Amino acid sequence: MDKKQYERPIIKPLNTGLMNKFGTKTEYTPMTHIDGNKVSDLLEKYGSPLFVLSERKIRENIRSAKRIFETRYPKVQFAWSYKTNYLNAVCNIFHQEGSWGEVVSMFEYEKAMKNGVPTDKILFNGPDKTDEDLIVAINNNSPIHIDHLDELYRLTELAKEMHKKPRVAIRVNMDTGIYPMWDRFGFNYENGQAWEAINKIMASETLDLIGLHCHIGTFMLMASAYGVAASKMADLAQGIKKRYNKTITYIDMGGGFASKNTLKGAYQPGTDTVPEIHEYAEAITTALLNAGFDNDDLPYLYLETGRALIDDAGFLLGSVISNKRLSDGRRATIMDFGVNILFTAFWYNHKISPAQEFSHHTEDTVMYGPLCMNIDVVRENVTMPPLNKGDNVVVHYVGAYNITQSMQFISLRPAVVLIDTKGNPHIIKNKESLEDVEVKEVKPEYLSTFEL
Amino acid sequence: MKIRKNVAVSDNGFLFNPLTGDSYSVNQIGQEIIRYLKNGKSEEEIKQTITDEYMIDLNTVEKDYLDFERMLTAYKLGE
Repeated sequence: MDKKQYERPIIKPLNTGLMNKFGTKTEYTPMTHIDGNKVSDLLEKYGSPLFVLSERKIRENIRSAKRIFETRYPKVQFAWSYKTNYLNAVCNIFHQEGSWGEVVSMFEYEKAMKNGVPTDKILFNGPDKTDEDLIVAINNNSPIHIDHLDELYRLTELAKEMHKKPRVAIRVNMDTGIYPMWDRFGFNYENGQAWEAINKIMASETLDLIGLHCHIGTFMLMASAYGVAASKMADLAQGIKKRYNKTITYIDMGGGFASKNTLKGAYQPGTDTVPEIHEYAEAITTALLNAGFDNDDLPYLYLETGRALIDDAGFLLGSVISNKRLSDGRRATIMDFGVNILFTAFWYNHKISPAQEFSHHTEDTVMYGPLCMNIDVVRENVTMPPLNKGDNVVVHYVGAYNITQSMQFISLRPAVVLIDTKGNPHIIKNKESLEDVEVKEVKPEYLSTFEL
Repeated sequence: MKIRKNVAVSDNGFLFNPLTGDSYSVNQIGQEIIRYLKNGKSEEEIKQTITDEYMIDLNTVEKDYLDFERMLTAYKLGE
């Protein structure tokens, strides 16, 4: 006789009261396959936990975003934000789709160069550029986005010493009506700092001001803020034309478009509340087109979109280590992945799906990671079917920032697999080993032995 | 453990406790355990029956049974 599929016995109180006015449904539809690959097969082959990226989804996202912007504005250039996910395979998908590179450190700059991005197509952002970094960028003719006056002065000195005219943009921060206002990057628009920087650049005659850059925030839930920002950027560009007869080549609107993740504290899921790319596009392009540029002076629109182009292409697969009951009666499930590799669990309520079929019964559970640390909580409260030890789950929307910000803490970091557009899985980063972690350690000879 | 006689469980897993007025949802295997308990089966017999009928090992059944029994007690469903 064939035995029946086991499911842990559960009993759940039925609470009467007001209905959930937000009407959100419980998200526990099983996700058994990713782009044709069975989740359990992937985990068996590459180990658990495992990051999986869908090349099909990445290409769909960038192609869709390009189409949305290019149908609204004639001169658009995307630059892949390396810090969002700088696995070389991922970067090169974006470069194959026509994206330039946008980097915020020499480490990322070198990665982009090694990937083959022409250096005049690497946008160099960030507040920390050493003399050595600036010299490399000047020699390579990369657009340098100036963050503060110290950098501006140093760049001016270096340009004189090197007898070169670096191509630069200034980073501009501004009030776009959102809170908190990001004013730590670049020069402020409202209080005149941006104009001070522009005047210094134009007066020095050693720097070639080709662009204006802003990065108004992250995970922006109001598309209209970009419209305000684009208007102010256009105003600066037109002011420069009027005052110095200098045409600004590009306006870089930075990043900050939200993905479909759900922020902690949000009433409704991100899928229902986050603006679509076309809403951001409409706000930005309308503001630029209505700014009154002459046709010949219409600047290129650069975009450094990261999160919105890759978050939903990334999945974290994992397995249940154990179930337990907490002292207050709550169910707790311990997973084999924690906040060390799922950094975004600190600010998102990640959608988590079981990877196998279950009955319709569910339990509310706290989902913990495997670290021996109290902060290792993946979800404070998630509704899941009764998971057994060894069962698999899929965490959604993890493509942005998790791989770049993951920590080697307590355990080793997992492998990353890319599923190509034909459904074939490829390892793009091997699982970390003890040797990898220790390779840079040095043990003095006198500490090499001991007796216990 | 014994389940109180006036606790009623429907075929689709709706459980009503007239003592407290509370109602609960119970999954298939939970319903089976409650019925076994009402029919006077011992803990050992129940665990063996589940292991015989389902694709599961005895250790897991033991752990899950203990947890389920604790929840039944907490919800005041036992005698």
